[in-house]
Amino acid sequence: MRDELLAIIEKNSRIDTKELAVLLGVEEIDIINELAKLQDEGIICGFHTLINWEKTDIEKVTALIEVRVTPQRGQGFDNIAERIYKYPEVRAVYLISGGFDLLVILEEKSLKEIANFVSDKLSTLDSVLSTATHFILKKYKDHGIMFSEKYEDKREVITP
Amino acid sequence: MRNPLSDTIVNIKPSGIRKFFDIVSEMKDAISLGVGEPDFDTPWHIRDEGIYSLEKGRTFYTSNSGLKELKTEISNYLKRSQNVEYNPDTDVLVTVGGSEAIDIGFRAMLNPGDEVIIPQPSYVSYEPCAILAGAKPVIINLKAENEFRLTAEELLEAITDKTKILVLPFPNNPTGAIMEKEDLEKIAKVIIEKDIFVMSDEIYAELTYKDKHVSIVSIPGMQERTILINGFSKAYAMTGWRLGYACGPKEIIKQMTKIHQYAIMCAPTTSQYAAVEALKNGDDDIKEMKTAYNQRRRFLMNAFKEMGLECFEPYGAFYVFPCIKEFGMTSEEFATMFLKEEKVATVPGTAFGDSGEGFLRISYAYSLETLKIAMERLKNFVTRLRERQ
Repeated sequence: MRDELLAIIEKNSRIDTKELAVLLGVEEIDIINELAKLQDEGIICGFHTLINWEKTDIEKVTALIEVRVTPQRGQGFDNIAERIYKYPEVRAVYLISGGFDLLVILEEKSLKEIANFVSDKLSTLDSVLSTATHFILKKYKDHGIMFSEKYEDKREVITP
Repeated sequence: MRNPLSDTIVNIKPSGIRKFFDIVSEMKDAISLGVGEPDFDTPWHIRDEGIYSLEKGRTFYTSNSGLKELKTEISNYLKRSQNVEYNPDTDVLVTVGGSEAIDIGFRAMLNPGDEVIIPQPSYVSYEPCAILAGAKPVIINLKAENEFRLTAEELLEAITDKTKILVLPFPNNPTGAIMEKEDLEKIAKVIIEKDIFVMSDEIYAELTYKDKHVSIVSIPGMQERTILINGFSKAYAMTGWRLGYACGPKEIIKQMTKIHQYAIMCAPTTSQYAAVEALKNGDDDIKEMKTAYNQRRRFLMNAFKEMGLECFEPYGAFYVFPCIKEFGMTSEEFATMFLKEEKVATVPGTAFGDSGEGFLRISYAYSLETLKIAMERLKNFVTRLRERQ
């Protein structure tokens, strides 16, 4: 039940426990208990809303920053990652295999603010060797949802 | 001028689906729950393989019976799902949808005057195809109290000296009924005893919500007297690719291939390449779609329960078949009125045979959101009908 439950609420966090019970063919109390457990275990970490900001008047600039760092003895990358992810404007930090070490996703109101963050805060950290900043120009698909396409039923209305 | 038409075809009644289709088509803003095909797009990796085959210029005929690679994958699939052996060179024929396999299967096996037993409610093609093959259809009216399964008693009663083929349409369209191993064993006993053959249409084999589908060919003694029909339309959401197959004893497949060769030449090449990919790497897609169908199925059963509408729990395909007898209307009257008053299209059970009277076929090849709106409207409708009574 757990996997299927997670798959449903990952797409629709607003679905209520009664409906979840129907869809999964279990009792509502089982759903309530399982959801509580999933939160306790830190598997469910939040209930967000997917917003296409481009359609609003609110200006937002998102940047993906590749960061090369020197890992620290005994700590690996965890310490430096923590230094970076503590900044509230940092949306995500991933440790990455390949040509660089950390991928930092930053969301700000303007290009200038991102530039400031990179030059003042990120590059000045001791372990940071280099950064490469990429700005997102357009989001086509996010969290598995296509922003530009609208579902249209192309089937005949009645078929055998 | 002389009459240009064949009496046989003129005398075949037009599909009940068609009649209802015309009414629904006039209503532009109606929600339809009347579709017998998946709402999912064909998974991208399968489409991509079709596109790739076109890019590579694989645009020629394949051999009459189909691509060797595809026949091998079909044979592997039946080995892993039913533990039966089919020789890809002699026992497998790739067809233009399961529908072609039904047609040419009958034509390859039936002589004038032979009888074909067809349990109904069931898919609309069996009866006309049997007639076109010169045979006489003998209908078994399946019963709601048996969850629309076929019983050995019903079968025995329908068998005569002229019976040649039993059509076994499970998992069933339109009822959603399945046949489990014990049910099939009882049928198999009668089949062997009476020395008849089976055409087992298993197009919905991958869509079962209880145990895994059991084919009658997996029951000892049945493989040699069964034409198994399946295809890619339902499992992989590939209806428009028109691709199915028949597996059976090589003597029968050989004659079917002869008809196929003269009438069709070969199944679409692009579709065959895509189908190889589907069988090789499509298991996860099926799983994902099946999970979604099962959630919708549970949603509908719960909605019927809440509105007090009688419906046996179907464990196959993507249809539910609720009973509307309490309203004192025919299926057609109910479906028409429901469409006019609430703008929701369903298919009257009678489109699938007389024994569908008193039932509606509701397809759940629709998003949960659509089903929710439709069930809200159905609830309003039945509440109103009950008040009027």
